[in-house]
Amino acid sequence: MTAEIKSIPTGTHAGGAILTHKRENLWQDAFRRLLRNRAAVVGGVIVIILALTAILADLIALMPYDEQTLVDQNKVPAYMVKLFPSMKPYAKISDKYPMGADYVGRDLYSRMVYGSRISMSIALIGPLISLFIGVIYGSISGYFGGRVDNVMMRIVDVLYAFPGLLFIILLMSFFRSSLSDPTPGTLSYMLGQLDAKLGGMLFIMIGIGLTAWETMARMTRGQVLSVREKEYIEAAHMLGVSDLRIMFRHILPNIIGPLIVVETLAIPGYIALEAFLSFIGLGINPPMPSWGAMIADGSRVIRTYPNQAIFPALALAITMFAFNFLGDGLRDALEPRLRGTQ
Amino acid sequence: MGHYIVRRLIYLAAVLLVVSAITFILMHAVPGGPFDQEKRVPPEILANLNRRYHLNEPLPVQYSRYLYDVMLPHFTTNPPKNTVDNDFLINFRISKLWVQWMNFGPTYSSRSRTVNDIFRQQLPVSMQLGILALFLAIATGIPLGIMAALKQNTIFDYLGMSLAIFGVCVPVIVLGPLLVWIFAVEMKVLPASGWGSTPPFLFGVFPQTLGWDYFKFAILPVVALGLGSSAIIARLTRATLLQVVREDYIRTARAKGLLERLVITRHALKNSLIPVITILGPLFAALVTGTFVTELIFGIPGMGRYFVTSITNRDYPVIMGTILLYSVFLVIANLVVDILYAYLDPRIRYD
Amino acid sequence: MTTNGDLLVIQNLVKHFPIMRGVIFQKQIGAVHAVDDVSFSIKKGETLGLVGESGCGKSTTGRAILQLYRPTSGHVYFQGVDLVQLKGKELRKVRRSMQMIFQDPYASLNPRMTVGEIVGEGLYVHQLNQGKEIQDKVDALLEKVGLDPAYANRYPHEFSGGQRQRIGVARALAVNPLLVVCDEPISALDVSIQAQVINLLEDLQGEFGLTYLFIAHDLSMVRHISQRVAVMYLGIIVELTSRNEMYLNPLHPYTQALLSAVPVPDARIERKRQRIILTGEVPSPVKPPSGCRFRTRCPLAKQICTDQKPEFREVAPDHFAACHLV
Repeated sequence: MTAEIKSIPTGTHAGGAILTHKRENLWQDAFRRLLRNRAAVVGGVIVIILALTAILADLIALMPYDEQTLVDQNKVPAYMVKLFPSMKPYAKISDKYPMGADYVGRDLYSRMVYGSRISMSIALIGPLISLFIGVIYGSISGYFGGRVDNVMMRIVDVLYAFPGLLFIILLMSFFRSSLSDPTPGTLSYMLGQLDAKLGGMLFIMIGIGLTAWETMARMTRGQVLSVREKEYIEAAHMLGVSDLRIMFRHILPNIIGPLIVVETLAIPGYIALEAFLSFIGLGINPPMPSWGAMIADGSRVIRTYPNQAIFPALALAITMFAFNFLGDGLRDALEPRLRGTQ
Repeated sequence: MGHYIVRRLIYLAAVLLVVSAITFILMHAVPGGPFDQEKRVPPEILANLNRRYHLNEPLPVQYSRYLYDVMLPHFTTNPPKNTVDNDFLINFRISKLWVQWMNFGPTYSSRSRTVNDIFRQQLPVSMQLGILALFLAIATGIPLGIMAALKQNTIFDYLGMSLAIFGVCVPVIVLGPLLVWIFAVEMKVLPASGWGSTPPFLFGVFPQTLGWDYFKFAILPVVALGLGSSAIIARLTRATLLQVVREDYIRTARAKGLLERLVITRHALKNSLIPVITILGPLFAALVTGTFVTELIFGIPGMGRYFVTSITNRDYPVIMGTILLYSVFLVIANLVVDILYAYLDPRIRYD
Repeated sequence: MTTNGDLLVIQNLVKHFPIMRGVIFQKQIGAVHAVDDVSFSIKKGETLGLVGESGCGKSTTGRAILQLYRPTSGHVYFQGVDLVQLKGKELRKVRRSMQMIFQDPYASLNPRMTVGEIVGEGLYVHQLNQGKEIQDKVDALLEKVGLDPAYANRYPHEFSGGQRQRIGVARALAVNPLLVVCDEPISALDVSIQAQVINLLEDLQGEFGLTYLFIAHDLSMVRHISQRVAVMYLGIIVELTSRNEMYLNPLHPYTQALLSAVPVPDARIERKRQRIILTGEVPSPVKPPSGCRFRTRCPLAKQICTDQKPEFREVAPDHFAACHLV
């Protein structure tokens, strides 16, 4: 970055110098700070690897995730016995499965690779839904204020008191039983079909979307309130800028920073939620693998074949670490800048 | 302040109304009733059952009936009797008048039990788990955070914060099986599942005995549940204390010649704890819902397991009762936190 | 309504901010009387200075005139049209002719827009020009306020306070306004820069025939730039007259106290001078004192000042004051 001191050509009244350097806006500045944070970079790299795994799953996996070879039940590769010596007496060796096979002879490794699809989809779509609903709701509430704001926030307050997990469990059961109605032609049937096509993801998305938007709505409203009275908004009013343009061009770009940070930090929560739902059987429909379901299956045989639970658990943990570091880094990168300009 | 509390209680009523309405709608939107399952009950008995539990009445009627039984407190001069249709969770007496509240009705899974019976049996276990986890979170989180802040950038800080990151990132479904594998399978020092206390409970909530027999069942699940919250508290305490310690009034205290120990305990700590109290509300909610997860992983006979199975069995009263009870619990907990907050921070005043 | 050459006529302008109570059903339990029956007028090309302490309502007056706050009651005649009655599209059209320059150079520019975008937004919104033309006009404006047009691609945080105010001025000028309300435009700047910005404002006034409402609390600056001066206290105007008359012959006790607070740069005179020091605190605008609002701090207060509200009347040729004792 070079700095030169340049004087302004004295037109009518100006004096004063300005430092000229490579111009960059606040986003580029934040990105640079992010790159300096090693933990965040590691997290980001892991996330990218996971995303690639999810996209290229067909190429990376060894075999389809639902291919069962009952004869190969619970087999383990050779190194596993060295890892878990207590397995020695009963373990059956097979080198076909790099991480072992599960209780119906499916390859653990391939299932984990496909399982990354679920987790990464949740990680991507969960925040999107939450942001979409929450930001729009909060913006309207905060911008228009008065009675509208009051009513909208009361609604959010009441919904907030609903114990989240219980609600999701109820919701998922509801989706499961009613919307998987086998009578063709009804709305439930169509939703059920749509859900199946998306690998069982539709209902989970809806479930997460319905419970996560409240926090985002509140945050957005708070941010909008704090920005609304700023003088550049008044100036925009004076120039005759329409409400819509003010919201999108003036308010939103200035508040989106902390919102993104909060949402990124919420991603591990979404992933854990999906894993838990799959754990109790209310999540993704089998045989589509989800790390949570795999942990559940593995927990049942954890005394004898711990690898079946440990590997997906590790994968889940690493994913959550990665998103957490990334989120922390994002927050540190965006925070001081924002504080300076607002 | 009294004004404020009354307002919050009204708000509680509104919340319960909305929550019960949503739950009711969702439950009844699912086709099939609780008695249509595989039991192969003959049709006359089915009709009888439906009539007895008012299941053949129109939904709004069922809902109003439910509201009347559960939400409205009842006042009577008769002392409470624990029969199937007269079982209230909360009973207390004001001279000759009994005030009774929360009759969640009979459970569909058994002819002679009410929902409150189930609560009395299963809830205390969940509560013990939750309380122990909260205790662990606060008792380890705050000291850890303080130590990390005071010895910033030393090995204590790094170790402490690494542990905290671990706690925040690793969810219960990972930590649970991991702990089980290490301590129950490999080292065989702790049991993998079960709970150390059974009804009857002391004061309705607490275990009868508190020996190793009790704690050996409690250690793993409590750690699994509480570690996450402990980590959050530790990080928050550390961050706040670091900020507070740099404030001018701390410098003044030191300049006055006050012992460092007193500077920290008398001045810095009280202000650092305020953000922790603030998050105690949501943290509480997370812990409460976390008990569900932990119970399922460790096979603990609390409300968690029961709730999930009652959904499959369409046991409406249990479902409604659980959700409502937990909602009440959370709202009241938040209220307590807010009051505590106002008490600690003289700048906050509700009017 | 004839305005006889006056660009702006304010009549009985009132702005009250209600104080609400209640969570779901809100009830009004009081109001902040920010602006309480203010009347004055400004001729085309003239500068009216509006001075007063912090919290006296001068900024609110400026904003109420521009309809950034909708007045509670009263009339704002701009070129003969009552702005208070306008809404929506009509109001937006009139908005072009009046602009504002804000006090805080750091909060008045959107940190996420480039300077060029900021200055050009008015043009874009009112479709005064298209594409390349906008850029040309922006460049011309930047030059006019003394900034290098090459910096149009920079962001506000790369500029100093004084430069940001110039950008604000350029933004206001872009839509060719007739009236510019300057809300303490130099209070936040270094003293050395203040003079430059004031000079810029004066030159622009001469070149474009602008009319200024100059709101400030710095009396010496107001004296320099204004032709007429109004003094506000707690939501009302207590004195209004031409600049020279105000500084030579202040009639209202409050004005006299304000002027006596300005130090004279001659040590001998300063030593002999007697300052009028006001006692007491500024009353709350929620419950203004009865009668004359200034009576709680006025050294000359009499009984009539408590009983009767003084009328704002012409006590000398083109010299208005609201005081019983004048």
